[in-house]
Amino acid sequence: MTTRPSRWKKIRESLSILWQSKVAVIGLIIVLFWVFAAVLAPIVTTYDPNAEDAQARNQGPSAEHWLGTDHKGRDLWSRVAYGGQIVLVKWPITNDFWIPGGVAIWGVLIALAIGCTLGLLSGYYGGWIDEVVMRILDAMMAFPTILLYLIIIAAIGASATNVVIAIMIAGSPGIARLVRSLTLDIRTRDYIAAAETRGEPGLWMMFVEILPNARGPIIIDAMLRVGYAIFSIGTLGFLGLGLPPPNPDWGSMVQAGHQHIFTNPWGVIWPTVAISSLVVGLNLLADGLREETLRYQ
Amino acid sequence: MSVDFEWTTDTDDHRIKTPILKVENLAISYATRTGDVPAVRDVSFDIQRGEAHSIVGESGCGKSTVAFGIVNFLGRNGRIVSGRILFQGQDLVGRPQEELRHIRGDRIAMVYQDPMQALNPSMRLGDQMTEVLTVHRGMEKKDAEDLCIQMLKRVYMPDPANVMRRYPHQISGGQQQRVVIAMALLNDPALLIMDEPTTALDVTVEAAVLDLIAELQKEFDTAIMYISHNLGVVARVSTRVGVMYAGEIVERATVADVYLKPYHPYTHGLMRCVPRLGMDKRSSYLYPIPGRVPSPRNLPPGCIFEPRCHYARDECRLKKQELREVEPDHWARCHLAEEIAQQGWTPPEDLIADLPPVPPAPDETAEPILKVEHAKTYYEAPSKKLIGGKKQYVKAVDDVSIELKKGETLGIVGESGCGKSTLVKTIIGIEKPTGGEFEFIGMDISMPVSRRDLAIIRELQMVFQNPDSTLNPSFTVGTQIGRPLRRFKTVPPNQIRAEVMRLLDMMKLGERYYDRLPRQLSGGEKQRVGIARAIAGRPELVLCDEPVSSLDVSVQAAVLNLLMEIQQKLGTTMIFIAHDLSVVRFFCDHIAVMYLGRIAEIGPAEAIYAPPYHPYTEALLSAVPIPDPGVEQKHVRLSGSVPSALNPPAGCRFHTRCPRKIGEICETEVPPWQDVGDGHRIFCHIPLEELRQMETVVTFKDNA
Repeated sequence: MTTRPSRWKKIRESLSILWQSKVAVIGLIIVLFWVFAAVLAPIVTTYDPNAEDAQARNQGPSAEHWLGTDHKGRDLWSRVAYGGQIVLVKWPITNDFWIPGGVAIWGVLIALAIGCTLGLLSGYYGGWIDEVVMRILDAMMAFPTILLYLIIIAAIGASATNVVIAIMIAGSPGIARLVRSLTLDIRTRDYIAAAETRGEPGLWMMFVEILPNARGPIIIDAMLRVGYAIFSIGTLGFLGLGLPPPNPDWGSMVQAGHQHIFTNPWGVIWPTVAISSLVVGLNLLADGLREETLRYQ
Repeated sequence: MSVDFEWTTDTDDHRIKTPILKVENLAISYATRTGDVPAVRDVSFDIQRGEAHSIVGESGCGKSTVAFGIVNFLGRNGRIVSGRILFQGQDLVGRPQEELRHIRGDRIAMVYQDPMQALNPSMRLGDQMTEVLTVHRGMEKKDAEDLCIQMLKRVYMPDPANVMRRYPHQISGGQQQRVVIAMALLNDPALLIMDEPTTALDVTVEAAVLDLIAELQKEFDTAIMYISHNLGVVARVSTRVGVMYAGEIVERATVADVYLKPYHPYTHGLMRCVPRLGMDKRSSYLYPIPGRVPSPRNLPPGCIFEPRCHYARDECRLKKQELREVEPDHWARCHLAEEIAQQGWTPPEDLIADLPPVPPAPDETAEPILKVEHAKTYYEAPSKKLIGGKKQYVKAVDDVSIELKKGETLGIVGESGCGKSTLVKTIIGIEKPTGGEFEFIGMDISMPVSRRDLAIIRELQMVFQNPDSTLNPSFTVGTQIGRPLRRFKTVPPNQIRAEVMRLLDMMKLGERYYDRLPRQLSGGEKQRVGIARAIAGRPELVLCDEPVSSLDVSVQAAVLNLLMEIQQKLGTTMIFIAHDLSVVRFFCDHIAVMYLGRIAEIGPAEAIYAPPYHPYTEALLSAVPIPDPGVEQKHVRLSGSVPSALNPPAGCRFHTRCPRKIGEICETEVPPWQDVGDGHRIFCHIPLEELRQMETVVTFKDNA
């Protein structure tokens, strides 16, 4: 007990909650499958995702092409695995420069940063700051999400970066609301009063005293949001507002494949399965975690 | 086992009637992820008709589990492992749910701690009450209503017909508890189980509810099982007492025997760690029980109290003791009971060494360091009209003046909602004052903390009530104690760790606590860390808002001793809020009695507890439950509850409830401050001569 608990031990402790829930473990396995498929895409696939093979169009699953090929003879497994990269692993800022972490993840992370700040501000200070912030966010939340995406993408053009911006704008009001309600609750605790009697500045109060204690519900909400973001990226791709072709993007794959759906259903099925399984996986993970954390209280 | 067998036959011999409830060798376990937790083991007791049997013990000792076991409310993971529960001769253990529910609803009634949770907030009280009769007894609605009104009258509910039409939130907490008790009595139960029924209530309300319980017990001839952690309350209501410790009954006898002639060292310990009304810190000590209650997962092999017992010998460590009869009808679970009872008690060496030295008496001639004059803190209440409407104010603190000299301790007492906490929060700057002058070490502090100078902020710190929320759950103990050191630059940055260690040591916590998170600490430990954090910056004045109210008595004694030690070492001045009048008397030099935002009486501690009294102080003192069945207490009860601070009564604010109201003058004119001398002032119209003639409220008969 005299030694300092190592960081590793702390991580293991917080992970132990995860193993308690079967639902969360299943969710985690699904999510990890896609993460590994995307990260290791060059290793686990044998074909270039954009290589067209006129000899092998519209094929079903076989030993050659595990998941079959699309209407241009491209290997579906390669396309699905590389398609996961944009969502989960790389955010291509220009054609040859990308930063790690997918579009969905970055979108939610930036939305978290903005949403938390706004939520903390209005929850902690209250009064007119709260009124102004919340009314603006209410106005934004009044738009149907998909319409908001369409407006944003139509206004600033389709690119990976703009998808990130769209996810951020659409996601932050919801996060701000959540953080605000958590802040309102935490603000009444004695340790907040104790910090106030030390005359701590507002930034310290919000980010050091309050935010760490709101992390549980925020993390769970963020996981669900990554799921929704993936869904939205798929939708944008399907509407032709996603990433420019010929990049393998799940949404655009469904879009391109659905014209040949009667001759080759595989071109639609696999990207759809990819999107829905990843979203379901994230939801299971979040639900399992939520149940376990609630049980601990 | 043989001992218990003898006991059964023995009791049957000298009482012919069968007990209403007889619990034999009851053991209850809860299933958890890490295995079964034996929460209650080998509990035996019986309750006769018309008897009130109390179970007393600190939190987590299994009192409520026993009660839940009897009514079979153990939840999904709890189960009765062994033993019998005989209710009117029938064994309840192992019966099908349906049958149990029938017996429970008709013959066993239960009253819980929080009346608001026992009543359905969306149903009228009348409907909830009549439902009991129409469902269980198939009574006609009209007859049921009449019976309910009668029952409400019997529990002294004012205007019962009107109360029947109200919703639970429209009546006060004390009245809610009356309704719950009335509801419990509707079916004329043979056994009434009360689980801390007055813990959530104010002293004055508590006293009235306890009176009611005592009266009902006589009138209805019901058997009552009364669960409480408060030794004083138990002394007032019960005929027999069982003391529970870590899941076992360690002593069982009549009230007088347990309180005046205890045999078990744990009972001794409990008695020694609560201050009696009238004790003070300069003339007496509190002796906390060392160590902490063992976890039921990890019990000592011998006597369960052995690790904390001063008398422990080898046999205690090795052999488990059964509950045995040490005297006719006096049972104790101790090998050395007779010896201990005869010996008399001298505090052992190591305990004496731990006792705090007596804090120096404050210098009477010194200039006050805190001067509050005509302090007012109002909260704006939302107007009921949609547009316009006059602004209304909740006058939480209204014209309060106090002075505090260096090294002095000022106690503030009063019922909840009287403005104690608001006053303290205004002084420290978390609430904004509406008016008045606040001066601290010669500087003006009538502004919120955000606009104060860091030099003033560090001199004023606070200790909070709730141990569970006083520490930030995300940071380690070391970080949290270190923060004020960093912020106020009390010590250079490279010495912070050493200083935190020193503080932990002073709190008797030890260095291993440095890296612990709040959830790994017990309530008392959290409170110590809270105190360490408050004194880390070496403040001049520490404001304590009920720092010991939610702690168990043995822990409370240790925390009080700690505060005294701090006071002695650092010469800290303190304001100490509490609702326990014995604790305030023990700890404070001066006391202010507050009522509805005003001070009713202020003066030196000993003067407050002796006549002349303010009529409110008199009522408070007469309501204090005292853990001594021999004590004589004058019977003064207040009617109703504290009026709303939104619209306080004119004239003297206490006139609506005052048993000594002298006439119209009380309703119309603000009373004068009457100076009794020595700083003792009473805010009342009654002439001082008359107040002086009051009798002492609490008289101790010297029977020890």
